[in-house]
Amino acid sequence: MNGFDSWLEYMSDERDDVLELTIEHATIVLQVMAAAIIFSVVVGVVVQNRPALRNIALSIASVFLTIPSLALFTLFIPVFGIGKWPVRVALFMYALLPILRNTVTGLDGIDPAVEESAKGMGMSPTRRLFQVKLPLAWPVIVTGIRVAFLLVTGIAAIATLVNGGGLGDLIKVGFNRLGLPNSLEPIWAGAVMVVVLALAFDLVLALLQKLLSPRVLAAGSELPSTLISGLRSRSSSDPAHQEGTRVRTDR
Amino acid sequence: MSEPTAEATTSDLAEDLAAVAPEPDATVTHDPDVADAMIRLDEVSKTYAGTAEPAVAALTLDVPRGEILVLVGPSGCGKSTTLRLINRMIEPTGGRILFDGRDVTRVNPDELRRHIGYVIQQIGLFPHRTIADNVATVPKMLGWDRSRIRARVDELLDTVGLDPSIYRNRYPKELSGGQAQRVGVARALGADPPVLLMDEPFGAIDPITRDRLQNEFLRLQADMQKTIVFVTHDIDEAIKMGDRIAILRDGSAIAQVDTPQRILALPIDDFVQDFIGSGAALKGLNFERVRDLTLGDFPHVRHDAGHAKAIQILDGSRQQWMVVLDAHERPLRWVNRTDIDRSDRRLTEVGQAVRVTVEPNATLHDTLEAMLNSSVGAAIVTDARGRYQGVVEIEVLTEAISRMRTEARAHYASLGLSTADAPGLAPYAPPALDGTS
Repeated sequence: MNGFDSWLEYMSDERDDVLELTIEHATIVLQVMAAAIIFSVVVGVVVQNRPALRNIALSIASVFLTIPSLALFTLFIPVFGIGKWPVRVALFMYALLPILRNTVTGLDGIDPAVEESAKGMGMSPTRRLFQVKLPLAWPVIVTGIRVAFLLVTGIAAIATLVNGGGLGDLIKVGFNRLGLPNSLEPIWAGAVMVVVLALAFDLVLALLQKLLSPRVLAAGSELPSTLISGLRSRSSSDPAHQEGTRVRTDR
Repeated sequence: MSEPTAEATTSDLAEDLAAVAPEPDATVTHDPDVADAMIRLDEVSKTYAGTAEPAVAALTLDVPRGEILVLVGPSGCGKSTTLRLINRMIEPTGGRILFDGRDVTRVNPDELRRHIGYVIQQIGLFPHRTIADNVATVPKMLGWDRSRIRARVDELLDTVGLDPSIYRNRYPKELSGGQAQRVGVARALGADPPVLLMDEPFGAIDPITRDRLQNEFLRLQADMQKTIVFVTHDIDEAIKMGDRIAILRDGSAIAQVDTPQRILALPIDDFVQDFIGSGAALKGLNFERVRDLTLGDFPHVRHDAGHAKAIQILDGSRQQWMVVLDAHERPLRWVNRTDIDRSDRRLTEVGQAVRVTVEPNATLHDTLEAMLNSSVGAAIVTDARGRYQGVVEIEVLTEAISRMRTEARAHYASLGLSTADAPGLAPYAPPALDGTS
């Protein structure tokens, strides 16, 4: 009881600090996830019906996920230095498997007759992808994205060890003062905020999953392609790039 | 749909084809029966990589404009493969495919398919799109404007017997199998393609619904006059649906291609005979009608003519039975000599009541049914008002069957084809036959 009170006191005293670190944490997660979603979905689409590539891609993504995070962050220091870059790269690697696997599974789940009839009516491969396959696989893909968000939000706390920032900083502060008074409060603050953040992401995605059902995606039949090209253009706001995406979509 | 305008303007198949296409090659020999082929397969073959045996070997086949050609054969004979070669779902490894005389073997396959309706057994409706959006798939790709698409969708749903106001905004999951295939057909007809490919379209539907869909589709086709290639493994469906039937054996080799009448009358070899199975003659009776028969004299008498007159007529014929007619010449009773001899009873009270009659447009199959139900083994023919026209006896049916067979043989002889392998028959000898054809 006493501990909880002093934790609340800590939270209100260090409000600005905690908030700032939470935002920093969320920013890293969002950046990494944006890149991971695009990359994994694209790779998933490419490898789904190519058995050899598919096995290779899934195996590599699985291996990534098994490398201990502490080791991975540290190993990247010589390559990317310290700070945010080793963190981004490592988290990106962890996010791949859930999204990739669910993209492939989602595409596998599409009734072959639907693809056959789409092709038989003269839908081009790109049109089949954006108007039929991705909308139908979308619920499964989003489930993978939700798992990846939880995973990345949690692991991002370790980023502090390579000066990556985020809520891990609070945990490190407490860890360094372990045994001294008020050492547990920042650890609790970091842990609780990570959980809160993860749940918040999950809640938003759950809503998104409900709202953007395949039917909704089909109703605005341009929506899937604008969504994807929107995601793509986030990494490059160059209008020419967007134009290029469009042309490929329609061809 | 925001189609780039460039695509919309090039979507016209005719333009695409005109660019590619010389006139058909006059040296290629084809079925002389087919004057006006909408689809022509010219030595088309498909060999899969890594296999020596071709799945389809040099297949030449014409599909006449406005007709239904049924590809039928045992499973694994390559009939579906052949169908999928036509819209290039499977790319041929040799030969040419001609549509309306133009070579489409090299045109953009997606463009080509937008002008060919395609119906498959598993239907493959888009589960995430409404019925209306499903039906509108091809018109949308072709860049039709909204109001035209809407009108077309309603028209098509109406055509296939689904009320647009009820079904337009429903999803495929809410439909029964039969309804879903109605939508499948409507979707294939979306942009009014001249050609329709159907791969066992009614194969997964319960027998009662299948029969109804087949009948409705035939009625629809009578108006549409599409050129249709229809795949089935069911010979009865082939006989029912086909204007012509191609019976395929392994490697999509054509064992026999002809009208159902001629195939039933004269299976060209043991393979076709086995495939048609028993009852070919019986099935063939569906294609002949009573009005085409010459009805011989059969003893009949007015009910008030008197016993003496009746006896005189019956004795003057070689028949056991005679027909008693009422005042309006409608058949009342079958009577034989013993019945008439009971002079104490009126002619309307002796013998057997006439229970079944057939009209001139009845098929011989129906007529046989009537005979089997009649107590004397013959069927009375009446006109639309029920007046006596004559009697069909079993000999008339056997003559009709043998005439169909003779006609078929004469037809094959005129094509220079041998019917020597036709099972159960002596080789064809032209002079010995009466020249009915």
